[in-house]
Formats: sequence, structure tokens, C-alpha cells
Amino acid sequence: MSSNHPGLSNNFSRSGEKFSWSKDNLRSIKNIISKYPKGREQSAVMPLLYLAQEQNNNWISIECIETIAETLNMPKIRVTEVASFYSMYNTRPVGENLVQICRTSPCWLRGSNKITKTICRETKCEINDTSDDNKFTVVEVECLGACSNGPMIQINNDFFEDLDEESTKKIIDNIKEGKPNVIGSQKGRRSSENA
Amino acid sequence: MSDDLINIKVNQKEIQVDKNLTVMQACEIAGEEIPRFCYHDKLSIAGNCRMCLVEIEKAPKLVSSCTMPLMEGMSIITNSEKVNAGRKGVMEFLLINHPLDCPICDQGGECDLQDQAMYYGFDKSRYKENKRAVDNKNMGPLVNTIMTRCIHCTRCVRFATEVAGVPELGMLGRGENAEITTYLEQSITSELSGNVIDLCPVGALTSKPYQFKARPWELKRTDSIDIFDSVGSNIRVDSRAEEILRVTPRTNEYINEEWISDKVRFNYDGYYQQRIDTPYIKENQKLSISNWEVSLNILKDKLKTLKPLALIGEHVDLETGYAIKKFMSNYGKDNVECRTDNHAILESLDSYRFNTPLNDIENSDLIILVGTNPKIETPIINHKIFKAYNNDAKVFNIGGNISLNYKTEYLGESLSDLNNENLIKALKKSTNPLIIIGSAFLNKIKNIKTLKSIFSYADKYKVITKEKNNLNFLNPYASRVGQLIIGNTTNNLCEPFSNLKKDNFELVLSFGSEHIANDQFNNCFKVYFGHHGDDGAMGSDIVLPTPLYTEKNGTFVNIEGRPQEAKKCHNPIGSAKEEWSILKKLSDELSFDFIPNTFDQLRSELFDKHPILSDYHEIIAVENSTSITPDIEFEDCKAEYPLSNFYMSDVISKNSITMAKCVEEIISTPSLLEKSA
Repeated sequence: MSSNHPGLSNNFSRSGEKFSWSKDNLRSIKNIISKYPKGREQSAVMPLLYLAQEQNNNWISIECIETIAETLNMPKIRVTEVASFYSMYNTRPVGENLVQICRTSPCWLRGSNKITKTICRETKCEINDTSDDNKFTVVEVECLGACSNGPMIQINNDFFEDLDEESTKKIIDNIKEGKPNVIGSQKGRRSSENA
Repeated sequence: MSDDLINIKVNQKEIQVDKNLTVMQACEIAGEEIPRFCYHDKLSIAGNCRMCLVEIEKAPKLVSSCTMPLMEGMSIITNSEKVNAGRKGVMEFLLINHPLDCPICDQGGECDLQDQAMYYGFDKSRYKENKRAVDNKNMGPLVNTIMTRCIHCTRCVRFATEVAGVPELGMLGRGENAEITTYLEQSITSELSGNVIDLCPVGALTSKPYQFKARPWELKRTDSIDIFDSVGSNIRVDSRAEEILRVTPRTNEYINEEWISDKVRFNYDGYYQQRIDTPYIKENQKLSISNWEVSLNILKDKLKTLKPLALIGEHVDLETGYAIKKFMSNYGKDNVECRTDNHAILESLDSYRFNTPLNDIENSDLIILVGTNPKIETPIINHKIFKAYNNDAKVFNIGGNISLNYKTEYLGESLSDLNNENLIKALKKSTNPLIIIGSAFLNKIKNIKTLKSIFSYADKYKVITKEKNNLNFLNPYASRVGQLIIGNTTNNLCEPFSNLKKDNFELVLSFGSEHIANDQFNNCFKVYFGHHGDDGAMGSDIVLPTPLYTEKNGTFVNIEGRPQEAKKCHNPIGSAKEEWSILKKLSDELSFDFIPNTFDQLRSELFDKHPILSDYHEIIAVENSTSITPDIEFEDCKAEYPLSNFYMSDVISKNSITMAKCVEEIISTPSLLEKSA
């Protein structure tokens, strides 16, 4: 089952389009590489994979891997190994919003199953699937580290915590309608202070 | 030295060992065998199979011995209950996902996992869940993959990166999803790729051509020598009845270590294709089947009246060479030539051999490749250069702008680029420079002064000193150094083949040399002694079948001047006769003096004449050459590489279907990488 998770698949594919670094990214890459000693530039492979994923609609294509290998002067297979090892590098295209639902024990005890059901219903897609309008990809993940605010989900770079079925539906609806969402706790508490 | 030794105890036995060793190596010295899957002498240490667990006194848990450095006073226990239980646990985990397909697995009978499961495995599985299954990966026409059997030792990944120098293999994913694969499942592009088959401790990587052919206990093992390049790698030929089923390496730390090239490992199917199995005679421009009596009678008559010339091919052993020389001496001098590629030499041995012992190449800090492509010509030497490169040696290249699996600095296409400023600067700084002069230039040199200048140049820049000679001459042919030692060549030092006075000869005897088909012999009567029908045989008037190197005993001298024996594996195909016995018969009928009645007599006569050849496995010692000219002057010659295709370099590999597949899938198919570029 887990092999269907876009971040845990070992099969990479081509996007069919050339991947070349944006100007901003080129600047950040220079900055990132300068943090490592000379001759150890390859250590920058993880931040570069992250940049590539950001620039390439949230997934790593073979073109991305080849560009990174060239930038860091390292074998392509080594980049592939790293990209396939970590689940947060997606190896296939995902929807505009990657919804990651935490299913680890604390969130699960607080009812993450209900959240999962709600999200699947609202986005009209199964776990590990992308919705037909390409707006959502829903995946289940292990602990994202916000246990005291469970149940929680991550959509792209934002955490949504203290969820219940209602607030979850609202978040999804807002995204569908292009309205802004409140990031963080949906019960109005700051960080993880006592509820 | 005693500073480097420390005292340890292995199973209560006190021993002194080098402090830089690991616990596993120390146990081995103490005579304790440690089971292992991922550890391999020639590769970096990974420590991921956990099979080599041992107990170390005062350590709370079992320790993987391959990764553990030694300490003074360490007490290691390898045979306790705890160790055994630990290894059994590891084995149980390894077997969880390993399929029970030993009966149909090619590794069966020589499988590390199978052997060690006999000691540490349980007879029942406690695992109730489904075993995982992994898709097989394409690794090219040579390596067959059944990846469900893989135990993720990563030996193959480390081999490809560290030894073959082609970082194309890797382990994708993690945990239960870990898979070994090549990048985008492309073929491995290394000339040494077959060695991953031997390295694989299970049946995940096996030989494609050998698939389902035999079990190891059915095979007859014959020790032999790789004759498809000049390195003389030690090989083991495995045969059943009259057929060779596979070729594997024999360990020789001085030459090939544990590796052999893909050509010798996989071209054995070519041994039986297009074989000349009976004598042929040309009638009406067509070769037709004949027999020994008729063909030898014709040849005898021709030999009575015509002046012969003998050409020696690339696979001719020393005994045959000696017999040829002895036979041809009845017709005068200068009528035998092995340098059919115009290989220029000086008289001394050090002008045509690899003077640096192959094992010392890795100690060099500056390597200059002059008109040689070691990747194609001699993959084993290329591996040694790669080792030096990894030890921070700088590699320069002169001649063609060839692509190798390490970085080189290209200086230009002519010999005079040896005077390049950058190179001179680097040479002056270097403590152990090494020059390799290859056939691409050696075959083109017209003036002997150039060759002498190379020696002076080497002398000037301390490539040759009193202690060492790092000026090396590399040719890709297994027979060359040996034939030159016994003097099977004419007087011309440069362009010996072009300078053959063709009017002097009316009869050409070719011993496996395809050069007999050259235009210059159009007016001669041509006789081809050989085993494979190709240009040489097609253009000849008489074709006589002779055995392949696996069908007779023979001595070969490798490129560094080390005589080694290739032993007979099975009887010759068809009515092939050994060359010396054909010459013996002819000599008797022509009443020439040709004493040896048996092969052993021939060999002992050869060793009497050339005692330096009788010391098998030792490099022939010579004093450094003194033929040095005061001024250094290089003629202008253009590099022309003798081989352009590793997989098809001689009559045998040209006839191998496996090699043809390699050409198609590895060389001809542009890789996906290039397509996208």
C-alpha cells in the first residue's frame, strides 16, 4: 500500500519538459553550496532536491534529478537514491494541494480517522490519489510532530491543527473557492498552549 | 614496527596483530571463520548485513566485526551461545523475504546464503505474512537479475562505484521498499560488469548466458589464462564433457586480483561458432572440404620449392611460437613476424613490455597515457589506473581524445605534446610518475630515434631511475611479449610488417593472423593455421584446423613479462591438430631437423633455450635499458588506436552471440541519458 505514496515510490518518470533552475534558485543554490567545505558540494543534494520540487510543481522528475546531478557534479544514481529514500520528495506528479494526514497514534486517538474520511469525501479522492481536477492529492503520513495539537494535517507547507470534521471541511472548501485559510490551530489556541 | 602491533585475544587465544585491522580480519588471522555477506576484501566496508556478529568482552551487545576497529587487550569471542543466537536471529531476518527457490536458482550449490543457512538457519519459518516480491531489473545483456532474492548487501553497488568506476548502480527506497537497480534500468557500461555476478552472495545477480546451464558440482575446473588482452588475467574454465559452460576469475593478487573482463567471461559461446574443424583447400576460388593427408601433401610440395614467411597471430602460445621458429630456421633468417601491426620496438625486453609491476600502478601520482585506451584494450590495467586516480593521481592523455571513466587532462594528438608545459611542470613535481605508451603510437613510429627519445625523456624526468622503471609499453595482444622474447620477429625495429620484402616470399604461413588477407600477399600461396573462419581463412589457399587455447596446453607471457600456463580443458573440435605436431610431420617428410616428439619435450627444449621463461608466475628481471640518445626528438605521427570496440576485438569474440548482444545493447543503443541531452 505504501508503495503508492508519491514519496515512497522507487519509480521515477519524465515530465517531458526541460528543467532548468530559476534565477532565484540559482542564487539560493550558490548560497547553499557555500555552506559546505570545498569538495563536499554533494552534501547540498537535499536542499537542492527541495528547491527543485518547489520549482517543479511539487514533484521530482527525472529531468530534476539530472539537473541536480549536473549542478553538484555527482552521479545521477546517487541523487536518485536520496530522492527515493525520503518520503517528502514526491516521485510522481501531485495535485496543487498535497494534503498529508497524520495517522500516528496521538492523532489517531484524537480521531484522525474521521478527518481522513472527511477529506476523502470532500476532495473526492482516495488515499494516495489525485482528484480529477488536479486540485488535491491526499496521503496518509506518519507523525508530523504536532502531537499535542492533534488531529492535524499538512497542506503543502502549512499545518492545520486541532481539527474536527467541520473545520476540516471548511479548510477544503476554502481551498476550492480560493479563499484564505487560518493556519495552525482551528480552535484559536496559540501554538500548543493549554486548551 | 612493534608500535603497530597490539595484543588481543580471540577465543582466549592470545595473538599479536596490526592495530589497523578490524576485528573480523584479526579473527581470520587467528583462524576463526566469520560468516559474512556484505563484507568483501576489495570493497569499502558497509556493515549492513549484520551476519558477522561477535561478542567482545565488556561490550554490552554483540558487535559487527567487520566494522569494529581493534583495541589493545580486546578479548573477542566468536563461538559462544550468545554469538550463535545473534547470528541465527540475523539469518532469520535475512530469510524472511528470501524466496525458497533454491532448486531453480543458478546460485544453488555455490551460494553464501545457502551455505550459511546450513549453519545458522532454522528449518521452519515463523513468518506468517506475505513475502515481498521485487520486480527484476534490466542490467544489460550479461547480468541476469532476480531481485526478489536480493539481501541488500550492496556489494554490487560498491563494486560499480569503487572498482569498475561507473557509478550506475544504486539502492533506491528504504526499508521493505529497498531495491537495487541501475540508473533508469540501463545496461551497466563497464567492461568489468560481469564481476558483480561473483560478488553477489545470493542468486540475485547471475550470469545471463549461463542461466540454467549447469550445477557447480557437475563442472570440471581447468586453470587457464585470459588471452583476449595482454594482462594475462588468471581464469578458471568450467566445462562439462566437451563444452565450456562458463569462465570465472581465479584470484591472483599480482595481476587481476579477483576480477576479469567481460570479454573473457562471456565470449566462450564464440569458441564453438564458425569453427574450422577440418582441412580446406581452395579449388576454383572456393574453399572445399579436404583431409589432412591431401592438404599436407600439397603444403609439403609447396614448401619444397617456395620461400616461406610465417605470420604469428595474437593468440599464439610460446610452445607453438618456438616450434614455428625452429621450423622456419630451415629457410634462413628473418622469415617469422609476430608484429603484424607494425609495432616498433628496441631489442631489449623493457622496450615492449609493461615495466611497472601491475600492482604498483596504484602508487603512482602522475600517469601519462600516450596513444592508449586502457578501458578498451586492457580493462584490468584501467582499473589499476582508476585506483591511482582515486589516490589523487593526475592523469594526462595524449593521442585521441578518448573517454575514460575518470578525468584526464587532454594535451594534444601528437607525440611531441609530451613537451607540453603543464605536463613538464607536473612531472617535475611528481614523485612517482608513470608513462604508458600504447599501440596507437607504437604502430606508427617510423624512426627508431623517436623510440630512443622516449627513453631519454623518461630518463630526464625520473620516470626511469636506478630503482624503478615506470616507462611502460602497452599492446593489447596476449601473444606479443612472449613471441618477442623468443625472437619471432624480423630485424626491422620500426614498421616491421610494411618493410617485409614481399618479393622474397612466395608462401605465407599464417598462425591465426588475419593479416594474411592483406593485399601485399596477393601473389603468394597462402596457408592459414587457425580455429575460426574469418577473413584470414577465407582468403587462403589451404586452411588447417588447429585447437583453441582451451584445447591444448600452452604458455603465455603477460604484458609485464610474467610467464603463465593455460591448461587444456577438453579435446580439440573436429580433426584439429596442434600446430607443433603439424610442423613436426612436415619436418619429418622434408627431412628437417625437428627433434621434439611430444609436447613435453618441446616445452623442455623451449625452457632450455630460454630459461627465463621457465619460472612461472615470476616477472622476468631485466636491467634497465641504456639506449639513450642525448637529444629528445619526437617525430610527427598520428594516433591510430588498434581497437575501437571492446566486445569485438578478435575472431573469437566476433563470433560470440553474447558479445554481439553487448555491442547492440551497450554500445549501439544510445542511452536514455544521451537521448534527453
